[in-house]
Amino acid sequence: MKRAELWIGLVLVAGVVALALLSFVWTPFNPTGVGSAPRLAPPGWPHVLGTDHMGIDTFSRILVGARSALYVGIIAVGIAALVGVPLGILAAWLPRWGAEGMMRAVDVAYAFPALLLAILLAGVFGASTETAMLAIGIATIPAFIRVTRAGALSVLASDYVLAARASGTPVPVIAVRHVLPNIAHLVGVQASVSFAMAILAEAALSYLGLGTPPTVPSWGRMLGDAQTYLFSHPGQAVWPGLAIAGAVLGFNLVGDGLRDFLDPKLQEVS
Amino acid sequence: MTALFEVHGLTRVYTTGRRSVVALEDVSLTVEPGQRLGIVGESGSGKSTLVRLMAGLDRPTSGTVHFGGRPVSGVPERQLGFLRASVQFVFQDPRSSLNPRMRVGDVVAEPLRSPLVRRELGALDQRRRVAEVLDAVGLPADAASRYPHEFSGGQRQRIAIARALAPSPQVLIADEAVSALDVSVRAHVLNLLMALVDDLGLTLLFVSHDLAVVRHVCPDAVVLQGGRIVERGPTQRLFTAPEHPYTARLVAAIPTFRARS
Repeated sequence: MKRAELWIGLVLVAGVVALALLSFVWTPFNPTGVGSAPRLAPPGWPHVLGTDHMGIDTFSRILVGARSALYVGIIAVGIAALVGVPLGILAAWLPRWGAEGMMRAVDVAYAFPALLLAILLAGVFGASTETAMLAIGIATIPAFIRVTRAGALSVLASDYVLAARASGTPVPVIAVRHVLPNIAHLVGVQASVSFAMAILAEAALSYLGLGTPPTVPSWGRMLGDAQTYLFSHPGQAVWPGLAIAGAVLGFNLVGDGLRDFLDPKLQEVS
Repeated sequence: MTALFEVHGLTRVYTTGRRSVVALEDVSLTVEPGQRLGIVGESGSGKSTLVRLMAGLDRPTSGTVHFGGRPVSGVPERQLGFLRASVQFVFQDPRSSLNPRMRVGDVVAEPLRSPLVRRELGALDQRRRVAEVLDAVGLPADAASRYPHEFSGGQRQRIAIARALAPSPQVLIADEAVSALDVSVRAHVLNLLMALVDDLGLTLLFVSHDLAVVRHVCPDAVVLQGGRIVERGPTQRLFTAPEHPYTARLVAAIPTFRARS
């Protein structure tokens, strides 16, 4: 049953990746330029998903939009993991008062809305894909710190770490040799869940005009554009909406599936 | 002959929030080279705290530990090379004392890779040493390239013993080293441990809750209760004529088997 979840998630994720890869080599029409095509055309031929209010082929924009979604997800999760994992291990190693102080700071950061941070950064640096990625990445750091610290604490309490210390193994070596490999699965699960949230956040920011600029196709911006025509042409919102839902669902299912798959309670204990 | 370990007035208090727990209180003892000393007590009696303090893995609240005449407590880690190469542990549960993501060869070689131990031992062929100790504990040579989960509980404890022997230590601290093993393999591992201690002339600190096992292994023992040493002496005497009621209770708790008529 849980296996099925993981597989559905993997298929959806693979689909998004395939769309993004395909967009590099082929799109049926120019995804950015205004053509001579009719505006707001319903799905049909040659525009299989119709055209938007500028007469641009929707399917082509969906393809290229997958690229933006993955790009933002990878960079944002990358920032969060690269900063959050070392800080999480540090928080596990610190003496109690130091760790307490750090985790309270993490709590405060956790409570700070990502959207507000994005608006702040967009105000300072101007709205761009990079600003959106940075904002989403920074906002995701606390989640990685928490997950890493929880995992690292249990690894650091194990006898194999005590044995390593009894031989005088330096702390950084213990972190790399013992802690990292034994929390990799936790970080992996967190990464796929955060990836889904990053795609959703990018869509939200682009919808608000704080993310990807209008010239670059993005699912969130497509949704924002479609809103204007929601009553006259409700079909416009369907395709980017489906794409976002599919990608987010996919990454969430992969995260959930991995968590169950890697759950030590389900592993063979001999 | 000078004592190997000198422990004087060792006290360790753990503080969590407003509560504090005295894990060890005013413990003094000496360990001679080549001695086999049993450290007996129920869980929570302070046995593990004591050996961890002796191995410099924790800081005492007060009191001192000397190893070979040199102070251990309060000394920065990088100056503990003499201790790190000389004192090695075998823990209770080989499932949690072997990193599941490391190959056995790397597990056993880990002490040899520590900069402190390397400084003490000088140049050393790590691979050869790993092969030597794996052979000494009766594991096949190809064990080095496999992972801990591919071995049975008894074999895993042999891996842990091999790791402890790798840097040629003077002292082996066995912290409940056979308690988690099946009764059927316990005797095998115990006999192996004793044979190695004999052959290599090791000093042994044998921590156990099981007085029967301690009697089998150690001529002398100390009995800990609530962080204090309540009795010490030859193990045989502790058995036959316990002076402290706690020791008597531990002796009485050992299951005895009589043939049913």
